[in-house]
Amino acid sequence: MGAGDASALNFAWQILNIVNTESKSSVIVPGEASTSCWSCGTMRAKHFCSACGKVQPAVPVDYFTFFGFPRKLELDTAALEKEFYALSRHLHPDVFAQSDEQERAWSLEQSSMLNDAYRTLKDPIKRTEYLLRLEGVELGEQSKRATEKARASGEVKKQVVPTDLLEEVFELNMHLEELRMQKKAGEDDPALLEEIGKAKLSLEEKYDALFNELKQEWKKWDAAVDAGTEETRKQILARILDVLNRRNYIRNLVRDVNEAME
Amino acid sequence: MATDRIVGIDLGTTNSLVAYMQGDTPAVIPGEDGLNLVPSVVALDGNNQVIVGSPARSYLIDTPDHAVYSVKRLMGRGVEDIREELKLFPFRLADDLQPGEVLRIRIGGRSYTPPEISALILRQLKRNAERFFGGPVTKAVITVPAYFNDGQRQATKDAGRIAGLEVLRLVNEPTAAALAYGLDKRKNGIVAVYDLGGGTFDISILKLHDGIFEVVATNGDTHLGGDDIDNLLIAIALDDIQGDLKLDLRRSGEGVQRIRKAVIEAKIALSSQASTKLDVELPGGHRYRREITREMFEQLIQPVIARTVGPTKQALKDAGLKPAQIDEVVLVGGSTRIPKVRQLVQDLFGRTPHTGLNPDEVVALGAAVQANILGGGSAVTKEMLLLDVTPLSLGIEVAGGVTDKIILRNSTIPASATQYYTTQVDGQTNVAIHVLQGERELARDCRSLARFDLKGVPPMVAGMPRIEVKFLIDANGILHVSAREQRSGKEAEIDVQPSYGLTDEQVENMLLESFDYAEEDFRQRQVIEARREADTILAALSKGKKNPAWDELTSAERTNAEAMEKALVAAKDGNDYQAIRKAIDALNDGTMHLAELMMDTAVSTALKGKAMDQTDLEEGPAAGHPVAKAEFK
Repeated sequence: MGAGDASALNFAWQILNIVNTESKSSVIVPGEASTSCWSCGTMRAKHFCSACGKVQPAVPVDYFTFFGFPRKLELDTAALEKEFYALSRHLHPDVFAQSDEQERAWSLEQSSMLNDAYRTLKDPIKRTEYLLRLEGVELGEQSKRATEKARASGEVKKQVVPTDLLEEVFELNMHLEELRMQKKAGEDDPALLEEIGKAKLSLEEKYDALFNELKQEWKKWDAAVDAGTEETRKQILARILDVLNRRNYIRNLVRDVNEAME
Repeated sequence: MATDRIVGIDLGTTNSLVAYMQGDTPAVIPGEDGLNLVPSVVALDGNNQVIVGSPARSYLIDTPDHAVYSVKRLMGRGVEDIREELKLFPFRLADDLQPGEVLRIRIGGRSYTPPEISALILRQLKRNAERFFGGPVTKAVITVPAYFNDGQRQATKDAGRIAGLEVLRLVNEPTAAALAYGLDKRKNGIVAVYDLGGGTFDISILKLHDGIFEVVATNGDTHLGGDDIDNLLIAIALDDIQGDLKLDLRRSGEGVQRIRKAVIEAKIALSSQASTKLDVELPGGHRYRREITREMFEQLIQPVIARTVGPTKQALKDAGLKPAQIDEVVLVGGSTRIPKVRQLVQDLFGRTPHTGLNPDEVVALGAAVQANILGGGSAVTKEMLLLDVTPLSLGIEVAGGVTDKIILRNSTIPASATQYYTTQVDGQTNVAIHVLQGERELARDCRSLARFDLKGVPPMVAGMPRIEVKFLIDANGILHVSAREQRSGKEAEIDVQPSYGLTDEQVENMLLESFDYAEEDFRQRQVIEARREADTILAALSKGKKNPAWDELTSAERTNAEAMEKALVAAKDGNDYQAIRKAIDALNDGTMHLAELMMDTAVSTALKGKAMDQTDLEEGPAAGHPVAKAEFK
């Protein structure tokens, strides 16, 4: 079958051949922005001209840089929101509805980047995952998206059980298996349900604790950005990845429990 | 800055409206009948003339196969999507519909796609606005249900284009309502807009902050509304009639439409009364009578209105908010007049909803506000900015028929995502991408938006090409795709095959056709106007004949004038605009002397201090020859 064949069969075949290489590709090449406005020549603010307000062509930068923030993880979300609103007033396509096509295109590009950046940075987990990718760390199989994709396709995904959870998880899985069998047989065992409920509660506590642990790592990372060695930063990133992975693992586990108990 | 007039249009399932910003406040533009609402009904009369709005409604009953309503339910949908719809609505599909073709609906002897029918409604609104302003209107903001998918939005935009309108923005209906509400109240806080209209339900949660209207979550059902309530009542009536009168009216367009009209009236009455009577005259001289109490009605509609609960809860969850955190709940859409619906909203949010806005008009008013903002704003709107979201996740099909979501629902728009693809076979030059919209995990359960065929990938060893595909949802909620092979820097050519919807070429053709029809309309109008003018000059002449000046004419002049009068009367009965025009001009010329004489008489009478004959001055040719020919071609 030729690659140019447009039959439905060929289409299906091509779909099967799509390989998503997304995870390997998030390296952003910082661009050099011109410092004067294309329209009036004045020195300009980052995304629009401070003198005449004209939108400027987008320059590929990472989301932190877009907002003019350092690559730090502790972030004042109120300040972020304020900046987001302020930039929206300058960049949103509504402001350029009557402008020429080129300006409208720039505004569309700039404001979509603004929205993408805001969405990523305001969410603590998305922000952390984004920073990891930015620093060249592979998120691997535990990322939320990878997990959801695997679940949808029914694919059995390699799960790395965090060592401190081995015993607990082993016991919980036995209980869950028992519960499923009882359900099939139409039986009801309140003691088992209580046992599972307790385990779930314990997992949820751990889940919350991990978020606090993550926040501690944020502090360390932020300090290392200012005055750390390359080596310290790498170690911190590795620990952050570990926290995220454990947290995702627990989240998936809690979801399994909820499904089994439904 | 002098800008073009931009109007705001609410293209509703049941009614449509056009509004504009009158100084600091938005206002609805009434039609020629003085009414704000234009029923979204389109009919063709015996001469295939298009009738839109209130006058079209009588066709629903008299010649149901020549009229169509609730066409919004069909926008952007395929034949396979509307099976359920066809059971409940008297839509007649064109007989020659090919699989994969855009739907076409039969109205009388013609067939139209849903965007064309919507365009006819839009043209009526455009005309109403042009009549109101006394000048052309070419730019509009049109509202759509927040939960409309890409195809439904595209179809709405196409309808605008076919109607000769540049659609500057599609605005979500609940968001538009929030704009009107916010302009009125000028308060910061979190507002939920519960919008239950004729055919669609939307729930949107917004954060109002110093003029920024940020939608944080939206959800809904594009096939849930007052129509569904009507259909329940119709079904009961049809069952009753079959049981009591042994009459099956299911196939009778006229019978069903008579019942429909009656149940809608009953539904409205039950919002203010404890009970009402259905009394329908049926075809064949039968009569159907029945009492409906509000209690029965509420029980009946419970399952329908309960369907709004799920989306509402989901929107709250997506917004990360508890009902108690909502500062105000705004009701929009005619169906929120039903007390049971208000009760449901009150129970959901634990607060009395805000009912200070006219639920039928607020969306159009909000569209007018947005139109004003896009036009550069005014003192009251210059701080206002709308940040809306995409209601549905955007994904692509990946191996195993799975949806890989790349832009999640409730992302602020414009929003973008970049994906990278490669090939799996040496020398592969095409990559197909299947774009989906929806929340389901499997591709087959999501809405197929389009298939993009990336062509012209330089032949390379498998896995070598790096094709960057950028998905961008614009401020209208419409998707754009661009692609580039990074190693060669070559722009990959994108061949879009929208799963449902019109191609650009089809829209262009429809636009041309609508011009053709417009020309037909125009000729028709010319004839009518010429006849009116003929009546004026004929009336003037008969008055002139009683004037003393008539006797001053030579007998030849009088015979001539009377011959031309006869000719005009004859021409007036015909349909030839040119002939009427010529006869008017001839009579005009032939009575010029009479007019002059009458003027002289009037002047000398005035000089003599006698009272002038007012009637002559106002209506007779003496008054500056009011029938002097107007040149227009």
